Order: sequence, then C-alpha cells, then structure tokens
Amino acid sequence: MFRTVLVANRGEIARRIIRACRALGVRAVAVYSEADRDAPHVRDADEAVLIGPAPARQSYLAIDAILDAARRVGAEAIHPGYGFLAENWRFAEACARAGLVFVGPAPETIRAMGDKTEARRRMRAAGLPVLPGSEGPVGDLAEAERLAAALGYPVLLKAVAGGGGIGMARVASPAELGPALATARRRAEAAFGDGAVYLERYVPEARHVEVQVFGDGRGEVVHLYERECSVQRRHQKLVEESPAPALDPPTRTALTAAAVRGARAIAYTNAGTMEFLLAPDGRFYFLEMNTRLQVEHPVTEEVTGTDLVVAQLRVASGEPLPWRQEEIVPRGAAIECRVYAEDPARGFLPSPGTITRLVLPTGEGIRVESGVVEGSVVTVHYDPLLAKIIARGPDRAAAIARMEAALAGTVIDGVRTTVPFLQRVVAHPAFRAGAVHTQMVEQGAFDG
Amino acid sequence: MAEEIKAHITGVVFEIVARPGDAVQAGDPVVVLESMKMEIPVEAPRAGRVAAILVEAGQTVQEGDVLALLE
Repeated sequence: MFRTVLVANRGEIARRIIRACRALGVRAVAVYSEADRDAPHVRDADEAVLIGPAPARQSYLAIDAILDAARRVGAEAIHPGYGFLAENWRFAEACARAGLVFVGPAPETIRAMGDKTEARRRMRAAGLPVLPGSEGPVGDLAEAERLAAALGYPVLLKAVAGGGGIGMARVASPAELGPALATARRRAEAAFGDGAVYLERYVPEARHVEVQVFGDGRGEVVHLYERECSVQRRHQKLVEESPAPALDPPTRTALTAAAVRGARAIAYTNAGTMEFLLAPDGRFYFLEMNTRLQVEHPVTEEVTGTDLVVAQLRVASGEPLPWRQEEIVPRGAAIECRVYAEDPARGFLPSPGTITRLVLPTGEGIRVESGVVEGSVVTVHYDPLLAKIIARGPDRAAAIARMEAALAGTVIDGVRTTVPFLQRVVAHPAFRAGAVHTQMVEQGAFDG
Repeated sequence: MAEEIKAHITGVVFEIVARPGDAVQAGDPVVVLESMKMEIPVEAPRAGRVAAILVEAGQTVQEGDVLALLE
C-alpha cells in the first residue's frame, strides 16, 4: 500500500477519499485553491498544498501545479476523485511519466472511452447493444440531414468529447437541425476544445440505469450491481438509487453481464461505470462509460457493504480485487439525494453565497457526505454540490421513509438549495411507484 | 434609448453569442454565463439591435452587472 496519496479534488469527494486513506493508514495530502483556504477538505488532510488561484483552470485543473505538489510531499499516488482531471487521459499519462500512480484506469482506456463514438464502436464490437446513430462525428449539414432522416426524428445531438450533457440537444424536426448543429458544435468547442458532434436516436421516457464495474487490469472484472439515476435536470443526476426499481431479474442479469463483458473487452482497471438507457419496452442500450469513481457511488456501497474508494486504492497499489463476484451480495435498498446550491424555483439557477446555518441529518440508516460547514463560502468557480444524503433500508419503502425524515431534518441557510425539490420528489407518487423517467424534472412533474 | 441587458446571476462570461450590430429577437441568447459549471444564457428581453457588448469571455460578473446594450 502507498504511504502518501495526493487527493486532487475538493469538496465532499476529497473528504471521502481522505477518509478512505485514513482507513488504510495512508497519509492523505490535500490540494486547494486560494478560494478554499478554509475548506473542510484542507482541515481533514494530514497536509495541504496551495496550488493556485480560485478559477479551476489555474488550480484544480492545473496539471503541472498538481504534479509539483505531489513531488513536494513525496506522494506515490494521486486520486483524482470525479470531475476536474478524473477523465483527462493527458493527466493520467503525465502522472505515469512523473512516476506517480494515477488511481484509475490506464490513459489509453480513458482516451478511448472519452471519445463517445469510439466507446460506442468498441462496446458494439464487444456485443453490447448501442442505440442507432452515426458511426463517427457527423460532417456537414447535408450528411447530418441524411443521417437524421434515416434515424427518424426526434434525434439527439451529442458532443464526441462530451459528458455531463454539454452540447447535447434534442432535435425534433429537419428545420431545427442546422441551427442545433451549429450551437452544439460551438458549445462542444468551448467546453472541450473539440467541436465534433454525433447523432443518436432519441428514446422518449427512457430511464437511466448504470452498472458499477471494477477491474484488475488483467482481464478480471466484477460488477457491483446497478444504480438507477432517472431523476435529472440538464442531464445531471439529482436522485440515485440501488437496486433500480424498474428492473426485472432477467433484465438485471443481462444488464450486469453486458457491463462486465464490455469492461473485460477493454481490460478495464479500477472502478468504472457503464451507463445504459433503459427504454420503456424493457430493452437497454450502452450509452457511455465513466472511467472514474461516480458521485453516486455511496448507494452501491450501502447495498453491497463495500468501500469502493478503499478498493480503488488497493487495486491501484497492485493488490488483487478485494472481492470475487459471488461475494458481492446486494442487501436492501439505498437512495441518494444530491443537495446543490441551486434555486429550484428559478430553473435550478446557481445560488452562490455563505452558509450561515447548517444542520445535516443523522440517524439509523442515514449517511451524509458533505463538503461544507457553517461559514463555508459557496463560490461561482466550482460545482454547486454541497452534500449528499444517503438513506439505506431493508427495502425501498423503508429507505424512502428514512430519506423523507432526513430531508425534513436538513437546514441550510444562506444559499438556496435543492432540498425542497428533493422532498417533493421522494413524496411524489411516480417516484414512490418507481416509475420515473429522465425528462420528468424538465416536464415539471415535481414542481411545487 | 439603449436598454441595459444585465446578468441575473453571478458568474463568469463563458461565451459571447451576439455581436454589436446584430439584430436579435426577444429570447435570443446574447451572452452565456458560466456559474458553478453551468452555462446560463442571458437573453434579449425584446427584439432590437445589439448596440454594444460590455464584457469579455472569461470575465467575472456580479448579479446586476450590465453585459450589453440593446437599442
């Protein structure tokens, strides 16, 4: 095992990784920007290094500054968390060149899965179902028109270098295609430095179901069952749970087997997530692979009794997978609600500010992963995730009941948060029936 | 009389969509702000011509700051 690990992130996930280091007796070193001098993750760590000013490009995304910090503190490995540099193959490669272990998959895997059309090709070659779509990036408008007509409207435009829904657009008719193509390209170029886009068939009322996989890089891959994440706004998840309520046992078996087959085909190392679209007819299609730890990993940990971050560090340090497939047995149900500094009443607009009062829930079956404390300043520079509330129970109804109580006991003053919205979601008959799809938030189903 | 188009949130200018002299319709995005990793368009409140863009990409703006002038 490593003696020192550098945690190249901030907020709740940095604290989560530091905790995993503690559990293994590993020294954890935090990095921070000037805006995060007083942040909880800095206080939690054994040591902390200032890496630059507030804007992420000059701090949490500054590869040289982070590698410098790692060298200075004698770290042997870097855990990237999620977001920031977690899916940047150049960073993973730079770590290797600097003699540091990147806690995650190989740079080549990150690069291949980061190109969403390449990921589709590889997974189709491995026998996974993918949605009908363009082979690669679409060329000019005439080609896009031909492809879209063949797929049938509406179609989805997606960024090849994408993720997080940036540059994604639903196109309902041929007349909308030209302007949508131009906008999607401009957005993708601005966000990823690559304006390439591709087309995919649009499936209405689809659900988002994903499978947690874990590989040792030598071809051994296990899965840790699925999560459903259909409550989303702007293609970003708000509520996640495991098991997925919509999945019948044969579909669950087929889905997890497909995920393992896909991850084996690319000799996947460390933790990853295979994302699928589940259509109303019960068919599923590979969407993309996230080559990192997922925000919603706690729901999987709660139902499988595992520690995914500890496992990540173990596998990265050269140990074998901590579990055989048959040892991973899901029990009960777990739900996660993401508490963001956003105003649900104003279309989930960001709500920066200072947290003047913070009361987080506790109790039987309740777990909280928080990145803030009273007095924390929530700035415009970073993702507005404040905390994740996870409720576990012997079954889904029990987990929901605990979540309701937990949300009711949560007090956050100083910024607007998604808490009131989350309360409406978990109380909603459609959610209780396990019958939500990815467009419901934007259709206003949970508006107060 | 030019009308001020103001930022409705605090953020960083992500993209300038309209150029001075452009004709815009009500609801057309003029500037896109980025805040907390989100892109938030600032739209023209009415039809008109963009008289001036007062910010640059990458600049931090506060809620209420004037971003552009519409005439």
